[in-house]
Amino acid sequence: MSWADFTAAVFNFSNYAELLPLFRDTLLAGAILGVVGGLIGTFVMMRDLAFAVHGIAELSFAGAAFALLIGADVIFGSLVGSVFAALLLGVMGVRAREKNSVIGVIMPFGLGLGILFLSLYEGRSANKFGLLTGQIVSVDSTQLSVLAGTALVVVVGLASIWRPLTFASADPDIATARGVPVRTLSLAFMFLLGIAVALSIQVVGALLVLALLITPAAAALQVTAAPRMVVLLSVGFAMTATVGGIMLALGGSIPISPYVTTLSFVIYLLCRIAGAWRRRRGWSARPNALAV
Amino acid sequence: MSPSAPAIISLSAATLKYGQRTLWKDLNLQVAPGEFLAVLGANGSGKTSFLKILLGLSPLSSGQLTINGAPAKRGNRGIGYIPQQKNFAPDTPLRARDVVGLGVDGDKWGFRLRGKSYHQRVDELLAQVGATSYGKIPVGMLSGGEQQRLRVAQALAANPQVLLCDEPLLSLDLNHQKAVSALVGQQAKQHGTAVVFVTHEINPILEHVDRVLYLAGGRFTLGTPAEVMTTEVLSKLYGTRVEVLHIDGRLVVVGRPDSVLDGHLPEDEQSHSHDSTHGQEIR
Ligand SMILES: Nc1ncnc2c1ncn2[C@@H]1O[C@H](COP(=O)(O)OP(=O)(O)O)[C@@H](O)[C@H]1O
Ligand SMILES: [Mg+2]
Repeated sequence: MSWADFTAAVFNFSNYAELLPLFRDTLLAGAILGVVGGLIGTFVMMRDLAFAVHGIAELSFAGAAFALLIGADVIFGSLVGSVFAALLLGVMGVRAREKNSVIGVIMPFGLGLGILFLSLYEGRSANKFGLLTGQIVSVDSTQLSVLAGTALVVVVGLASIWRPLTFASADPDIATARGVPVRTLSLAFMFLLGIAVALSIQVVGALLVLALLITPAAAALQVTAAPRMVVLLSVGFAMTATVGGIMLALGGSIPISPYVTTLSFVIYLLCRIAGAWRRRRGWSARPNALAV
Repeated sequence: MSPSAPAIISLSAATLKYGQRTLWKDLNLQVAPGEFLAVLGANGSGKTSFLKILLGLSPLSSGQLTINGAPAKRGNRGIGYIPQQKNFAPDTPLRARDVVGLGVDGDKWGFRLRGKSYHQRVDELLAQVGATSYGKIPVGMLSGGEQQRLRVAQALAANPQVLLCDEPLLSLDLNHQKAVSALVGQQAKQHGTAVVFVTHEINPILEHVDRVLYLAGGRFTLGTPAEVMTTEVLSKLYGTRVEVLHIDGRLVVVGRPDSVLDGHLPEDEQSHSHDSTHGQEIR
């Protein structure tokens, strides 16, 4: 492949003005997923669940592949798989170490099942690949409303448990003593996380969900610790990655996911640099020490 | 502390057993508002378990416990709690003031809509523990002593009638030990909060302590520091000759046997266990 072919495939903006309106629903879907990923990502970071997200995604993939095989709705199959995996982890693993080994056991099993279902499936091969690496170039309006409705469940759910979940994530012992239902909250969160993972898979695929659920929040944490700012930045970064990624992908012949993951990664790098600069400038310096 | 005030914590014939092992038995204890009770004893003597019971997180094996006249129950807003120390992860997405804020309204549902009174209360609490200057710094960047002050502020946020502290001085340097002890002591004297302070080390809190509950080998002794911290009483408690020395205004217990712990060696003393006669400060 020549350099010219490469750039033509990766960046192609001919007829862009005509294309853009056609992809209005896709862009909206990207924006919605950005909100969900950015919001839930802050808690994924706080609760140290990056590995769990990865494990849930593989089971979600198996669910989606099964749905594809039997001709059921793929989003539904993916939801069932990931909510099941998330709740299983929520029930089983209380301690992080234990949880990691459980995930390590479940993850390859899910991936293997998914590959089995896919190889039995005889439909279009683009559908197969899309589950792992992401591909929703065209979202129709019914899919969009399903997506929006499910995303709304996650956002409203998170908003209603926001404070006690923050308390339980930051300091479970004290939260328990104060009567916060730590265990119930943990299960509720895993349920919402399962839904969020299934939704994200529709854009970036099972292998790349971390780019949507971890990277934006991790980037935000590099530059701020103020809770409101963390949430705003995390959502902003995730939306930039999804919407920006879709816009860059429109004209080319390449799936959305590499654009989304690259944008997400670049944002993270910039935040790391900004964070390092801020720390060197004395982020933790006391005001009175600065005055001297 | 006025002896006539009705007790806020009341234990009668309280016993804690894990399986065959008795940690303490027939404990009768009334703690009055404003009283500062120190709970001493080696690792594994049941100090943390004692606090968990007061918090209503686990039950007594037998006996009665009431807090403010009612049976202990989980999630009592009248109780502030500072658990055994552990530091916040460096990337915790909370600033110092947010940690204190969790004590103010962290147990409420939803998210905060109007924050004026919240911010006032947090500012007040930060000032009370001398943490104003680092209120906006990420909590993971603060030293252990600074984080511990925030925990005190957090525990005091709901104006508790009882404050339970589990070894809050562990791994703090001497200055921070004094400062944190003084904060807690002041809360007892000025605000009438009953304090139960679990510690290895009585010296930093000696001036604040009204009474000592000393746990050892399945038994306990209760009394003022002057009554409990004597060669005679501790020898009887441990069932072997133990000496209490006064050195430079500090209390040092010499010859405390490790074997009294039912085979449970205290972690920080295991390295000395082959040499049970050498001097050990109560720490
Ligand atoms: N839930 C439990 N079941 C059985 N044994 C326990 C339980 N909790 C604590 N223990 C044991 O009881 C002893 C006292 O524990 P703890 O109260 O934590 O002691 P301390 O705080 O004085 O070091 C320890 O030996 C511990 O192993
Ligand atoms: Mg303990």
